[in-house]
Amino acid sequence: MEEVLFFLAAIGALGGAFGVIAMRNPFYSVLALIVHLFSLAALFLLLTSAFVAAAQVVVYAGAVMVLYVFVVAYVGGGGESAWEPIPGQRFLAPLLGIALFVELSVAVLSSSLLALGEDGADVKAGFGNPAAIGRLLLEKFLVPFEASSILLLLAAVGAIVLASNRRREESA
Amino acid sequence: MNTDWFVVLSALLFSTGALGILLRRSPMVILLCLELMLNAGNLALVAFSRMVGNGQGQVFAVIVMVIAACEVVVGLGLIVAIFRRRLPLDVDDLRELRG
Repeated sequence: MEEVLFFLAAIGALGGAFGVIAMRNPFYSVLALIVHLFSLAALFLLLTSAFVAAAQVVVYAGAVMVLYVFVVAYVGGGGESAWEPIPGQRFLAPLLGIALFVELSVAVLSSSLLALGEDGADVKAGFGNPAAIGRLLLEKFLVPFEASSILLLLAAVGAIVLASNRRREESA
Repeated sequence: MNTDWFVVLSALLFSTGALGILLRRSPMVILLCLELMLNAGNLALVAFSRMVGNGQGQVFAVIVMVIAACEVVVGLGLIVAIFRRRLPLDVDDLRELRG
């Protein structure tokens, strides 16, 4: 049962990822990314991390993707030109991608990590639920938590400054 | 379920994202491919967290999500600013800062 769910979710995640890079229209790329994110949430559930899965669906597939859809609708999805700045880029890039995959897999699988190739540690019933994650975030990782909240605030202010057209009005 | 499968799937997703960045030239799609790569990293973090039976990896994954949200916000702000100035939305045409 678990294996079936894993392979279904893995096929969804991979299909979504290939959809993102294969679609010509950016709007369809965004939709493919939503499929990918939902499949990843299923994989997180298989790994008994309920809180990360819920955050994935609510934050990513909900909020962030809505932002993408708005910007794609505003900018409009023009097709890319077929011009290649580097000769043979379309053939070279997949070779490099495959090389990267082989390299990463060899690096991880040949490392002497503990318990690689086993089913993982036995975990208690409350592993990865919101209470456990919240306790970790607010006790052990309080400083990174606050730092990331300040970073989010800075990013929001920066985006408003970048996207506002105040400078254009001044020069006009 | 074996941890290896999750790690190999995460490597595959990461190289798919890298391939997209090498292939595509629209800044929007490049941002989406960055999301793919960050999510592949998240999957590996959560898989290792499950493997050791320790919840700290999941906290890292949540913080990576925050970083990804920041990156999206700033990147989309840049795209909107580029679009407002009527510049081409193509990373090979926007090469003024290239050394």
